[in-house]
Order: sequence, then structure tokens, then C-alpha cells
Amino acid sequence: MPILEGQGVTKFFGGLAAVSNVDFHVDQGEIVGLIGPNGAGKTTLFNLISAAFPISSGEIRFKGQKLNGLKPHQICKLGVARTFQETKVFANMPVLQNVLVGAFFGSPNRVSWADAAREATQALEFVELSAMSTIPAKDLTLVNQKRTELARALVTKPELLLLDELMAGLNPTEVSESMELVTRIRDRGITILMVEHVMKAIMGICERIMALHNGEKIAEGTCQEISCNKTVIEIYLGEEAHAGN
Amino acid sequence: MDISKFTSKKFLATAGVLLAILVFLATFPTYGSNSAVGIGLTILMYIILTVSWVMFSGPTGYMSLATAAFFGIGAYTCAFLYQKSGPLLPLPAVIIAGGLVSFIFAFVVGLVTLRLKGMYFAMFTFGFVMLLNQFMVYYELNILGARGQRVFPITNQTAFYIVLVILVLTLLAAYLIRRSRLGLAMQSIGENEEAAAHMGVNTTMVKVLTFAISAFFMGVVGATMAPRWEYVDPSVAFNMLYSFMPILMAVFGGMRELYGPVIGAAIFAYSERTLRLRFPYHYMLAFGIALILIIIFLPGGLTGLVPNLKDKLSGLIARLRKGGQSEQNANT
Repeated sequence: MPILEGQGVTKFFGGLAAVSNVDFHVDQGEIVGLIGPNGAGKTTLFNLISAAFPISSGEIRFKGQKLNGLKPHQICKLGVARTFQETKVFANMPVLQNVLVGAFFGSPNRVSWADAAREATQALEFVELSAMSTIPAKDLTLVNQKRTELARALVTKPELLLLDELMAGLNPTEVSESMELVTRIRDRGITILMVEHVMKAIMGICERIMALHNGEKIAEGTCQEISCNKTVIEIYLGEEAHAGN
Repeated sequence: MDISKFTSKKFLATAGVLLAILVFLATFPTYGSNSAVGIGLTILMYIILTVSWVMFSGPTGYMSLATAAFFGIGAYTCAFLYQKSGPLLPLPAVIIAGGLVSFIFAFVVGLVTLRLKGMYFAMFTFGFVMLLNQFMVYYELNILGARGQRVFPITNQTAFYIVLVILVLTLLAAYLIRRSRLGLAMQSIGENEEAAAHMGVNTTMVKVLTFAISAFFMGVVGATMAPRWEYVDPSVAFNMLYSFMPILMAVFGGMRELYGPVIGAAIFAYSERTLRLRFPYHYMLAFGIALILIIIFLPGGLTGLVPNLKDKLSGLIARLRKGGQSEQNANT
């Protein structure tokens, strides 16, 4: 049973179809990768799921419920959390404060101060940032800002997590650590949809991959299928990646 | 609840100082001259306007120029309900009504305009003051037939006491909001509104609600000042100075701590008053220069100096101690 489903999802910016008639689904407990060249519509698709923009046509369903017309804060409370391609931490607030925002407002129920503080501390422990909880988020390195965003998203108790280029700009060690972190998140029962350019990460942890190009879905399948798919190789991966595989 | 928090030395000291200030202010009208009470009243008025402006605009970063609008709405509500010819309601009810009407106006206006970002929001709020001003001019001349409203008078002393009560309530509200989840939500909006929305913060509701709460206090002050002035007309009630002054005072005092705007407004309003009497032609010049210097050298405002000085002082003490120790070491 798919936890997230899209049918004919389309988004126009003026005359340009940033996302065009895309059907997709994400099953409960999966890690699904979303790949494609720059401008393919990956982040736009994320923005449509999390309701940053209204959808032009088509519909998106989460656990059977239609998301069309909902506001971002309602989507979050339903159980869909996200991180951002360009980190959007609350720069002047300490890391713990950043996570507290998610703890207080992310769940549909009213959360007490004690519970929020406890959950925020646990989330920081999970992403291994406990030592930095009092530092303003702007003073963190990129990888730690990304982890702050991750903790902030996790503390809203999502069932589905949208990760927008979690690995971009990280060094190889940090990429491996982040891959391990993503797997640990999935092991907690959270379904993951991730946009990623770091192929090692995509191929390493995703169970299924969707490829977008010019707003259209051009391929879908297991890592093996995608890495051998002619169109994907031509448009995105290049011969080398295929040869290396 | 942790009891030790309330018996700690720091807490007792703060409470003691606050109580002393409150006692001083509460007894001031009994021994201060009438004009001194008048000056005190103006200072308290500006403190309330500044604290309520910071309540919303401080954390969210939405620059509101509508303070004069909500002040004026309060003043006019009072002018219509507390007429010279015969008050329609007792004064406390009139004052609360002034606040409520401002609250409602702010709520409705906020729903429409708080989607505007940055400069556009500031421009709209500026236009809103102008609109109300012009509307009242039109309304008085064409519908009521005369410019201005005569208001049932109250004394400086009465107004002082009322404004003092309002000040205490405003500070209490500002303090509680700062420490509440509403305060956290506002702060997250100021830092990154998009991220805040995706973390579950109902950004529209948070902004509109706090905008309206801050407008309530502005309206309440306006409704208290109208009977003190005994006369209200559009240029008095919707004077843009009430929009600009609180911003200058907040910047002057610093917005990080709650007492920043209070100190900024108190010093600013007092020195404005005395400088204007002594140098009627140059006081604005002196102000302009002072403000420029503060923005350049003290971006955190006057109270932004405190942690700075603390650091320097403790650094100095540490160095002295170290120096003393090494001297001792040298001696032994």
C-alpha cells in the first residue's frame, strides 16, 4: 500500500511546465531516490508535496488523503517532514531552539514544554549533535546545519521524510556517515523520498529510483535497472557511470 | 516548579529593583509637579508604544509603521464614546473598547497584508496610517460637519495612573509572549518564514495574532491620551511621529532584551522633551547625529553594550588575577 501517491502531477511556472503529468508512488518503509539533471523538476516536486506551491493540476495523496489545497504547516502536522536543498536553519537561534520549533509545532497535538525539550534532546542525540545544542545554527559547518535540519524534521514525528540533497557539498566521510544516518532513520519506520546527485549514496541506500527530465518521469526501477537504462545514461549518468557499474 | 529559581539572589535583586521603580512611579503624582507628571506621562506612553511595537516587529522582522494607526484608532474610539458633552460609557470601559477596536482592525488588516514581505509591508502600514488620517478628515468635515472632537477631560495624575497600569500589563504580556511557544514561533518566522511553515508553524495565524495583540496595547494608550488632551483631530491622533518614534527608541535601546526598548524609550523621550525646550531649533539635529552614531557603533543598541562590557570587565578581572598570581609565583 503506497504511503504517498501522485497522479498527473503538474506544475506550471508561467508557460513552463516544471513538473509535467508525473505519476509516482512511494511505499511504506521504502527509501526512494529521485534523480535527474538540474532543472528536471525534482525540488519542484518536493515543493508540491510539501505544499510550498499550489499544484497546477493532478493530485497528491498521503495515506489516501488528498493533499491538494492544504498549507505547509498542515502537511507537516499530517506527518510529512522535509529538509531543504539550501539549508534553511533558524540561523541566529541555538541548535536546540531550532529543533524545539519542530517539537512544538510539528505534531498535531499540543506538546508540553517538558515533552518538547525531551524530544528535541533525543533528536539531537540521534543525529549526534548533542554537544552543539547551545551554539547558534549559523556557526555550524554545512554538514552540521544539515543535521540540525534533519533533527528538526525528525522531531515532528514524520511518517514520510523528504530529503532534498542531504549529501550535496559534503566530503566522502560525511557522505558515508549521512548514508548510515538515513538508513537508521528508515529503520525507525520512517519512509524516505530523497533527491540526490551523489550517485554513491543513491545506489547505496535506495530501494527504488525515479528519474526526472524536463519535468517528466523518464524512468523508474531498482538501482540495477536505472543504472542500465539507456535514456537515463544518455541524459544524466553518462557512459562512464554505466561503464563503472 | 523549581522553587530555588524564585529565591535565588539574582531573582530577588531584580524583583527588588522592579518593585522600587514601581513604588517610585506609583507615588510620583503625589509629590511631582503637574508638569513633571505630564512629562512622566509622555515617557510612559512612549515606553508602551515601543514595547508593543517590539512585541511584534522585533522577533518577526516585519517592520510595521502602523503604530500611529492603532494609537489613533484608540484615541478616536475614546473621542466618540467619551465626549465632552456627556460620556456614553465609564472611562475604563472606553479604554478597553479603544484597545479592542484596534485589535479588530489589526486582525483584519493583518489577514490581508501580512502576506506582504519586507519593504512592501512597511509601505502598506505607512499608507494605512495616511488612509485613516484622510478618511477621518473627510468623515469629520462632510458627515459630522466640524473638524476635531472634544473629549471629556481627565487630569495628568489620573492619566498617569491609568498609563502606569497599562505599562505593567504591556510588560507582563511582552514577557509572557517572549517565553511562550508563540514567542518561539515568531522568532522562527523572523529567521526563516518558509522553514517555519514547513515545521508546522501556522505562520499567518501567529503573525496576525501578535500583530493584533500589539495593536491592542497601542489602542489602549491612544484611548487614555485622548481625554488627557481633551481634543482629538486626525492630525493629532494619526501623527506619523507615533509610528517612527517607537522604532527609533527600540533601535536606540536595543531589542534583544525586554528592558532594551524600555530604557531606550525612557531616555529618548526624556531627552527629547528637555532638548526641545532648551534648543528648539537644533534638538532634532542632535538626535539625528546621536542615532547615526548608535547605529554605526552600537548595532545592538544601548543595552547591547551590557554583555560587551561584562566580557571586557571579566576579562580584565581575570587578567588582574593572573597577573597577581604570576607575581606571587615570581616572589616564591
